Amino acid sequence: MSRISTRFEQLRAAHRTALIPFITAGDPRPETTVELMHAMVAAGADLIELGVPFSDPIADGPVIQRATERALARGVSLSDVLEMVRQFRERDADTPVVAMGYLNPIEVMGYGRFARAAAAAGLDGALIVDVPPEEGHELVQVLRTESVDLVYLLAPTSTERRISRIGEVASGFVYYVSVKGVTGAANLDVDEVAAKVETIRARIPLPVGVGFGIKDGETAARVAAVADAVIVGSAIVKQIEALAETPEAIAPTIGDFIAELRGAIDAADAAANRPEQVTS
Amino acid sequence: MATDADSTRPLSQRAASQGHYDLPDADGHFGPYGGTFVPETLVYALDELREAYERFREDPEFLAELDADLRDYVGRPSALYHAKRWSRELGGAQIYLKREDLNHTGAHKVNNTIGQALLARRMGKTRIIAETGAGQHGVATATVAARLGLECVVYMGEVDVARQEANVYRMRLLGAEVVPVKSGSRTLKDAMNEAMRDWVTNIDNTFYIIGTVAGPHPYPAMVRDFQTVIGREARAQMLERTGRLPDALVACVGGGSNAIGLFHPFLGDTSVAIYGVEAGGEGIATGRHAAPLCAGTPGVLHGNRTYLMEDADGQIIETHSISAGLDYPGVGPEHAWLKDCGRVSYDAVTDAEVIDAFHHLTRTEGIIPALESSHALAYVQKIAPGMRADQSILVNLSGRGDKDMHTVAKLDGLTL
Repeated sequence: MSRISTRFEQLRAAHRTALIPFITAGDPRPETTVELMHAMVAAGADLIELGVPFSDPIADGPVIQRATERALARGVSLSDVLEMVRQFRERDADTPVVAMGYLNPIEVMGYGRFARAAAAAGLDGALIVDVPPEEGHELVQVLRTESVDLVYLLAPTSTERRISRIGEVASGFVYYVSVKGVTGAANLDVDEVAAKVETIRARIPLPVGVGFGIKDGETAARVAAVADAVIVGSAIVKQIEALAETPEAIAPTIGDFIAELRGAIDAADAAANRPEQVTS
Repeated sequence: MATDADSTRPLSQRAASQGHYDLPDADGHFGPYGGTFVPETLVYALDELREAYERFREDPEFLAELDADLRDYVGRPSALYHAKRWSRELGGAQIYLKREDLNHTGAHKVNNTIGQALLARRMGKTRIIAETGAGQHGVATATVAARLGLECVVYMGEVDVARQEANVYRMRLLGAEVVPVKSGSRTLKDAMNEAMRDWVTNIDNTFYIIGTVAGPHPYPAMVRDFQTVIGREARAQMLERTGRLPDALVACVGGGSNAIGLFHPFLGDTSVAIYGVEAGGEGIATGRHAAPLCAGTPGVLHGNRTYLMEDADGQIIETHSISAGLDYPGVGPEHAWLKDCGRVSYDAVTDAEVIDAFHHLTRTEGIIPALESSHALAYVQKIAPGMRADQSILVNLSGRGDKDMHTVAKLDGLTL
């Protein structure tokens, strides 16, 4: 069983919702990333999504675009990101790591080489934003061979047929984009999200994470009530940006924020698991 | 005229050339190139667009409206002009110019924006977005949006906004909102990124008019189909005028829409040599150019696989060209395929050669060409002298040079 599946099994058994923070690898500096990953795990992150910098991030809003530009200014490449994962694994054998990025750096590295390097580094999954199932046959094959999960996005506009199609190729978990828009977009409607998550669950036997538009403990708690995982990106990256000139403050500050999100999600999970008579 | 004969034929058949060439496949692939490399957030919008396009391109009412607009609003068919004096000076082949510069808004761009805007209206979309580099596609989009009463937002890199002030003003006069894009290299590719972000956010009411034969399927095929009016007219005009097909075709290639529009109806004519001319900038060897077909490698950008200007890590690198309209790190996937299969020869000319050709045509024929089109002219200057006087070259004069006055004047040390 993959590290991702194992982690979700453990969480399910404990009636807990996963917290998945996203950071861009190498932002604001390559040397801050691994330490920050450990700090996030210590503060309650269950899985880490690591953004691979790309020059043309069409699915990302301004906050993550700027993070990408900071990392690229330091020359952070896909190989560097895999090296960060390898270093992270030296001290953490359990927390799954998923790389999130765009196809071109992988295309240039070569699918086979990427899959082998990813597996060797201890990467557990890849979410390649601009590869829909129709274009991913070869990539799916090589990643399966190396036991690297391929995580897919689902959108509010995804039809039921589309959801089933993605269910055929997805592994690990699926990532539901809660709003029409780019990362860091505005308000999400939890009722709409809940309905769509049910539609997805009926068609895909994998945990469903929800992201885009989760800003604080309150939104995290509301999403936790309907999803298997809460994914938080821009709200974290914005704080990293504010501390770009004082990198030593990043790990403790983000750690505190993760702890706050964790607390809110745990409270929501506890409320959901409380016996009938207490809630009524 | 070609347009009249074509008015009863669906666009899919008009686009198909003589011979067996029928790419792209159902999923938008030209061999290994093209495709639909987009985030899931865009899939629904592209499905909706593809379905609408496949329906309306066979719809006689839609086609009649398109043809009437091309005739009455754009001014088609555009003239075919035998540049006798320039041909004589070069001392070789007879050169014929397909005068897309005479279209409304001054370039071939409007052939496509008219088609997509009519499609947008039939799909019930009320808001149009577009990306633009030099501003020509932005102007052509703002123009048709004004005419159809559609809201229009044009994304333009901050760097291009500064160097193309006149076109920015033109778009604003036409009622468009011009949004300067401050991310990345702040040029055309970043404007395209931003337009895609707008599209995923406003999918319900918005139609994205891409200006070239790039982007995800169905754009490369759809934009091509709207632009092939150039080649269909020119082919009929050459036959009527000279009694035979030209020996060579020449067009400039940035994204490649004017080139594919000219080339496509001739792909099955094996006697016709076809040349696509990229922006060589300061020279391929300097690295400061915009010639992905000549000096790039395959990769994936803006929804399709094609040749790109990229570094060893797969990051897209900045391009350089004297003409903002060719300043793009990718190229339409069909050109990538035509390069690999050898049907079209791609080469590059330098900024200096472009300026020389720009002056040469202006002085000998009284036609001031766009700097983009001057790339094709510079290549003609290279090949025409080696050809016989009874041979002919058909060149796409894709746009007029009015917009480039300040750029050329600056080279002469003048500020307008």
